[in-house]
Amino acid sequence: MSEYRMEHSIIVENISKKYDISKLKKDTQFREALVNLLKRTFLRDKINKEEIWALKNVSFSVEKGEIVGIIGRNGAGKSTLLKILSKITIPTSGQIKVKGRVGSLLEVGTGFHEELSGRENIYLNGSILGMKKKEVKEKLDEIISFSEVEKFLDTPIKWYSSGMRLKLGFSVAAHLNTEILFIDEVLAVGDVAFQRKCLDKMKELRNSGRTVIFVSHTMITVEHLCPRALWIDNGELRQDGRTADVIKNYMGGIRGEWSADFKISEFSVLKQQSGFDLTLVANRQGSGDIRFTGMEFLDQDGHLKKTIRSGDRLKVRLYYQGNKPISKPEFYFRIRNEFGEKIATLSPFLSGYEIPTLYPGTGYIDVDIDFLNIMPSRYYITLYILHDNGIINNNIVDDIEHAGTLDVEVSNYYQSDRGIDKWWGIMFLPCKWNLEGMNIHEESVKSM
Amino acid sequence: MNLSMSGGVENLGNSTTTVIKFGWIKEVWNFRELFYFFIWRDIKIRYKQTVLGALWAIIQPFFTMVVFTIFFGNFAKVPSEGVPYPVFSYSALVPWTYFSGALGASGNSLIGNSNLLTKVYFPRFAIPASAALSGILDFFIASILLFGIMIYFHIPLSLDLLFWPVLVIPLIFLALGLGMIFSSLNVKYRDIKYTIPFLIQLGLFVTPVIYPISILPDKYKLFVALNPMTGIIEAFRSTVIPNKQIDFWLLLYSVIVSLLIFLFGLMYFRKTEKEFADLV
Repeated sequence: MSEYRMEHSIIVENISKKYDISKLKKDTQFREALVNLLKRTFLRDKINKEEIWALKNVSFSVEKGEIVGIIGRNGAGKSTLLKILSKITIPTSGQIKVKGRVGSLLEVGTGFHEELSGRENIYLNGSILGMKKKEVKEKLDEIISFSEVEKFLDTPIKWYSSGMRLKLGFSVAAHLNTEILFIDEVLAVGDVAFQRKCLDKMKELRNSGRTVIFVSHTMITVEHLCPRALWIDNGELRQDGRTADVIKNYMGGIRGEWSADFKISEFSVLKQQSGFDLTLVANRQGSGDIRFTGMEFLDQDGHLKKTIRSGDRLKVRLYYQGNKPISKPEFYFRIRNEFGEKIATLSPFLSGYEIPTLYPGTGYIDVDIDFLNIMPSRYYITLYILHDNGIINNNIVDDIEHAGTLDVEVSNYYQSDRGIDKWWGIMFLPCKWNLEGMNIHEESVKSM
Repeated sequence: MNLSMSGGVENLGNSTTTVIKFGWIKEVWNFRELFYFFIWRDIKIRYKQTVLGALWAIIQPFFTMVVFTIFFGNFAKVPSEGVPYPVFSYSALVPWTYFSGALGASGNSLIGNSNLLTKVYFPRFAIPASAALSGILDFFIASILLFGIMIYFHIPLSLDLLFWPVLVIPLIFLALGLGMIFSSLNVKYRDIKYTIPFLIQLGLFVTPVIYPISILPDKYKLFVALNPMTGIIEAFRSTVIPNKQIDFWLLLYSVIVSLLIFLFGLMYFRKTEKEFADLV
């Protein structure tokens, strides 16, 4: 095995990764583990193991200087693959051989500490990413000017806006000089001008002879930057080839759901498909006279929705349990993006309903969203219940900041096989183009 | 994690070897800068935006000494081996404060750095190790006050004091060894973190910090001597108290036990380190 010369930079052989979900379901306590051990020894009880295969027999190889994109829906295993390649977690079986110095960018600003200044964080973050102090020093001026935060360089970053923080983080990462780079889409950062800068920097990579594996959620960037792409679906390598072909198949498959038997690896996506159990949530505020007990995303027939896409019709069902009558209750369902910004807040209150009294007991409330006008991304759901003019009087009954996640996938709404994702904007507006006023030969216009 | 390098090629496979290979030591050496950065970061954070800054290093052992002197030295009349009680207790409190701080910090270090564990690769050893070492500066600052206290009470400074800084080394190994065990356990079982302050509290009583060994009945002397901290604390005291000889065999015992705990802790840490990113 060690005799043959490594022409390839990276060889992935039959990588599989298994997670034991039951372990992750709740923080294990030592005394529980002890009890389980006794159970196993004396009662021969089989402890319920829920296993999920995040990756199944993935194999591919990458040559020196190649730039490879990885696409796939959320929870398909892309990030897990990158983590394994970055040595952050180990595979359950299989081998990976890597030749060369590796730099991983799985997040922007890893290790940033609020109390330290921008300058100090540059050194800290650089060191964490694997750069030597000398390297950082040499490139310091470049890093500072790329980040556009010169004026505030010596103030603690806790005073920085989120945009400044992202710019700083990205500019350190952009100067990482390893032969091999693993990047988990960190490009959608900052304002438009900065995004342009980032893209240009990424293009430089293409010409630098470095080997890059790039996990992306936006089709355009993959097409732009990577000649070759891998499609990971359900933990398996579905296709490996020319980017344009792979994207076509990926998008084409969205026309009709190609696989009904989804087993998603990522825990939060798993929960989204089976409903969120909110009884276990400890981090909540409010009097507790009514509590949310569950949240489900349903399709029109009332079944749990397996995949939620931009433009879909979505029904959200919120289960609650109350032990006291509440006067004038107001229920709120809020969607936030990854930056914590409010995307939408839905409430019967805003829709003009006034419930005089909600009696104790269990129940549920449904909201039907005609058209999900938001771009593919991961969103966070906040739920809260107020009562008696709660907004003014701050009467909070239950308040869960992070009730669950909503992963919206790219849709093929126009059946065009062209990915409409967050590269293109923040909202998805359904539209119809009319070309009649144009000076063209209408018959020659192709439409899918 | 098995990282075998052959011809510059790294092989990332699933391996169950837990032997501490030479390759690992090399890797830690390669990442030494990151080590320094973590320690620098911890120390900087500790002193930033504080009014008293470096004084915090002194406040904990000093005020503890004052309270102990009032209650144990004066009221309970605990004997103090021929020197004023403040000197007696402070000379033990300085190393004890370092040890309890280092153990607490490294015991909680993995959970506290969970974002790093899931996003970047570096030898995980750097986390508990830097947590244990960042208290050293405070140790030295508090030691300076000790000399001030000795001069105040007219205790002659002898050459034995040269040993004082050296004795912190077995202390580091012991704190780090235990810290690695606790922090690894803590990743898997979250209630372990509640046991650390509790064990430290108990430790304070089974180590002769407040009292001299001489007041214990013989069979308890043996019990307390089994505690590796005892030999080290006694040695610290011997460098300060004139006419108190260093109990060489007890110290040797403590040093050996500390090294063994360190090695055991390191092996356990290396064995469980593969799962950290998945569980933290």
